[in-house]
Amino acid sequence: MADSVSSEEVAVISNTDITSTESENNIINTMVERGTALLRKLEINVAEAEKRTGKNTVNMQETYTVYLIEIRPAETEGGTPAAPDTLWRRYSEFELLRTYLLVTYPYIIIPPLPEKRAEFVWHKLSADNLDPDFVERRRVGLENFLLRVASHPVLSNDKIFFLFLTEEKGWRDAVLETGFQDKADSRLKSLSAMFRVKNPDKRFTALKQYSDELNSVISQLLRIRARVADRLYGVYKVHGNYGRVFSEWSAIEKEMGDGLQSAGHHMDTYAASIDDILEEEEHFADQLKEYLFYTDAVRSVCRKHELIQYELEMAAQDLAQKKQQKEELATGTVRIFSLKGMTSKLFGQESPEQKESRLAALEQSIQEGEETVKEKNTECQQFVRAAWDDIEHFKEQKDKDLREALISYAIMQISMCKKGIQVWSNAKECFSKM
Amino acid sequence: MSISAPRGLASSGQKPITEILHPLSAAEEPLSPGPDVTVSGGRDKEVGLTNGTPVETPSPASASVLFNRLQLDDDLDSDGRDPYADTETHDLFVTVDDPKKHVSTMETYITYRVSTKTTRIEFDLPEYSVRRRYQDFDWLRTKLEDSQPTHLIPPLPEKFVMKGVVDRFSEEFVETRMKALDKFLKRVADHPVLSFNPHLNAFLSAKDLNKRQGLALLSKVGESVKNVAGGYKLRVRPPEFCAMGEYLDTFNQKLGTIDRIAQRILKEQSEYLTELREYGTVYASWAGSEEELQRPLEGVAGCVTTCCGALEDMSENMGQDFLPVLREYILYIESMKNVLRKRDQSQAEYEGRLEAAVLRKQEDRTPIPAEVEKCQDKMECFNADLKADWERWQSNKRQDFKQLLTGMADKNVTHYEKCQAAWESLITLLQDKQTEDKTKSEGRRYKGHEVNPDSEGHHADQNERGVAAAASKPDDTYVTAAARL
Repeated sequence: MADSVSSEEVAVISNTDITSTESENNIINTMVERGTALLRKLEINVAEAEKRTGKNTVNMQETYTVYLIEIRPAETEGGTPAAPDTLWRRYSEFELLRTYLLVTYPYIIIPPLPEKRAEFVWHKLSADNLDPDFVERRRVGLENFLLRVASHPVLSNDKIFFLFLTEEKGWRDAVLETGFQDKADSRLKSLSAMFRVKNPDKRFTALKQYSDELNSVISQLLRIRARVADRLYGVYKVHGNYGRVFSEWSAIEKEMGDGLQSAGHHMDTYAASIDDILEEEEHFADQLKEYLFYTDAVRSVCRKHELIQYELEMAAQDLAQKKQQKEELATGTVRIFSLKGMTSKLFGQESPEQKESRLAALEQSIQEGEETVKEKNTECQQFVRAAWDDIEHFKEQKDKDLREALISYAIMQISMCKKGIQVWSNAKECFSKM
Repeated sequence: MSISAPRGLASSGQKPITEILHPLSAAEEPLSPGPDVTVSGGRDKEVGLTNGTPVETPSPASASVLFNRLQLDDDLDSDGRDPYADTETHDLFVTVDDPKKHVSTMETYITYRVSTKTTRIEFDLPEYSVRRRYQDFDWLRTKLEDSQPTHLIPPLPEKFVMKGVVDRFSEEFVETRMKALDKFLKRVADHPVLSFNPHLNAFLSAKDLNKRQGLALLSKVGESVKNVAGGYKLRVRPPEFCAMGEYLDTFNQKLGTIDRIAQRILKEQSEYLTELREYGTVYASWAGSEEELQRPLEGVAGCVTTCCGALEDMSENMGQDFLPVLREYILYIESMKNVLRKRDQSQAEYEGRLEAAVLRKQEDRTPIPAEVEKCQDKMECFNADLKADWERWQSNKRQDFKQLLTGMADKNVTHYEKCQAAWESLITLLQDKQTEDKTKSEGRRYKGHEVNPDSEGHHADQNERGVAAAASKPDDTYVTAAARL
C-alpha cells in the first residue's frame, strides 16, 4: 500500500494504473525492442475485420471474416508517416502460414494462432465465430501472432512470411511451391507415438513434461475462471433488484424517500458495472490461452527431436549390425546365431569368391551407413542446438509475459475493487441522509 | 407532536403503582365527570378541573393529561428534534450488557445483565442489576402487548434460530442479539406509557421473575379492550388510519422483497465463493511447476484466498445482522396491524352503541348512557395513543433502517477495501521483482544469445564443434555409443 512504500519504490508503483491494453502494449513493445531486422524496417498491424460472403470449395455460400493487414515502413526521422500497404487475409490463410512454419522450422517453437472457435466461455459470452466481440479479440490475437513471428530472430527472416505480409494474390502459390507439404508427413509421424527412443535426452523429457503440466493447469484455470465469471455476474446483477425495490419503497416514504431513491440508482450502477469488468477480464483469458496453445508447439518440438533421435539410433543400430556381420564373415566365427551361419554350417562354407564379394558389399554398406550416422548425428546436433536456443528464448519470454499478465490481472482486480468502493460509499451516503 | 413525560405527576407520588389504573380500565372511573355534564363531540377533559370538581388523579398518561402537558411543555419539541432522542424520560435509564453462558443439565442458555438507574418512586431502589434471558424479554413483550393494547410495542430480535445454520453461542450472534435487546428495552423505557407498566418494573427489579404470577390485577386491563363487544362492524375508517393501514401493507410487501433479494444475494455469493476457492488452489498448484513464476503465482493464490475470506466475513454479517432485523420488522408490522384492527373495533363499538342510543333517545327520551360515553373515551384514547405511537414508530423505523442499510453499505466497502489491499501488496511484490529481473536480463543479452541473420557460416562452425563436443557431453550418450561402434 502506498503509505508504507519507501521513496525508492514509488517509481515502481507508478505502473499500477496501467490498463490491460497498455500491458499488452508493453509486451508488444518488448517484442519490437528486441529488434529483428524486419521490425526495424516495418510496422505491422492487423487493423480491421470485415465480413465477406463467397462460394466455398463445395460451391456453397458461406460467410467468413477477413482481416486487414497494414504494413508501414518504420518511422523515419522528420518524415511524414507513409500510407500503409494493405492486404486482406482470412483465418485459414494464417493457418496455412503457420503450418508452413511448423514444417520448415521444426526446431522452433512456433507462436500460436488465436483459437479457431471460442472455448472456455462463460454463459454471457458468445461462442459464435461471427460475434463482433469474438472477431475483435481474434483480430488482436492475429496481430499478436504476426508480431511474435516478426520479432523472432529466425522466423522473421523467412521469405514466405514476408510474402504473406506483402503479396496478397501470389502468396498461396508461393507457399505450395516450397513443397513443404512433403515434409508435413514427417512431422505428422513425429506427433504420433509409434516409436520409442532408447536413450531419451533428459532435457527434452523434462521440457515435454513441463509443457504437459502447463497445458493441464492452464486448461483447468481457464475452465474455473469461466465459472467464477458466471457466478460473479449473478451476484452483481441481483443487486439491481435493490434499485427497483428501493425506488418503489421511496414512494411511500416522506423523509426517507430521497435517500432511498438515490441509493437505488447506485445499486443499478453497481449491477451494470460487471459487464465491463468481465469484458476486460477476457483479455487476461486470451493471454493465458496464447500460452496454452504455445504448449502444443513446445510438445511438437520435443516430439520432432525424439523422431530425429530415433532415426539416429536406428541408423547407428543398423551400422552396428552390419559391422557385426562383416566381422563374422571375416573371421568365420558365429557369435550370434544367424540363419546364414546355420546354413553355412549345415551346407558347407561358401567359396572364397562369394565371400569376397559379400565382404565388399558389406564394406560398401558400412561406409554408407557411417555416412548416414554422421549425417543424422549432425542433424541431431544442429536440431538440439537450435532448439535449445529457441527454448531458452521461449522460457524467458514466457516468464516475462505471464508475469505481465498476472500484474495486469491484479490491476484489473484493483480497479474492480475501487469501483465497488465508490458505488457503495455513494450508497452509504444516500442511506445516511435518509 | 411529542409526548413528554408527565414528570411532575409521576413523582408527586400520590398512589402506589398498583393502584394507578389504566385509563381504559373498566373498574373505577376517575375520568368520567358527573352525570350533569353534557356529552358533546370533542369532549374537553378539563371540564372536571375548571369546575373545581376534584378529580381523582388520572393515570399519568391519559390523553387529556398528556394534552395538558403539551400545553405546558410546548417548548420541548419546538426545535423539531428526533423524538427518539433524549427529550423524554430522564429518570429511567436501562442497559443490557455482559452476556454469560449458563450450562445446566437440562439446557444451555445465555443471560444478560439488565442494569437500571432511576429516580422514579415506582421503584423501591434507585439502582438495580438483574440477569435475564431471552425468554424473559419475550415474556415482557407479551405482557406489554396484552396490557397496553393501544400502544405499539417495540420489536424483539428473532426468537427462533435454525440450529446448525446459526451458532446461537457464537460471539457475533450473542453480540447482535444483545444489541437488539438493549434497543428494545431502551425504547420501552423511553415510552411515556410503557415505561410505567408494572411488568416492566418487575422485569427490571425482581430477583426472580415469576412469570406465572402475572400481576393478576392488571390483567383485567387488557380484557376491556380485548372484550370489545363483538358484532360491531366498522363503517368508515378515518383517513389517517387508512393511510397507516395502506402504508403498513406496502411497507410489508417491500420488506418481503428486500428479504428475498438479500437471501438471493447470499446464495449467489456462496456459490461464487465455492468457485473462487477452487480458482485459488489452481494457481497454487501451478506455482509448483514453475521457477521464476512461482512467487507471483503463489502471490495470486494468496490474494484470491484473502478475497475469499473477506467475502465470507461479509456474508456472515449479512446473515446475522441484516436479515434478522428485516424479519423482526415484518413481525412487527403484523402486530401493528392487529393494533389497528383493535382500534377499528373500538370505534365500531362506540358508533354502534351511539347509534342504538340515539335511536332510543328519539323514541323514549332516554339520555345517552354512560356506557356510550365510556366507549367514546376508549376510542379517543386509543386513537390518540396510536397516533402518538405511530409518529414514534416512524421515527424509530427511520433510525433502524438508516442504521441497517448504512451498515450493509459499510460492510461492502470494507470487503472491497480488504481485497484491494491484498492485490496492491501483490503488485508491489511483482513489480519489485520486475525491476530486479530487468537489470539481470539486460546483462544477459550481451552474452551471445543473439542469433545473427546470416547464420550459415555460424552453424558450420557449430557442427564441427558439436561433433567434437559430443564425446564429452553426458546428455548425448546415444551419440557416444554410436561413435564407439
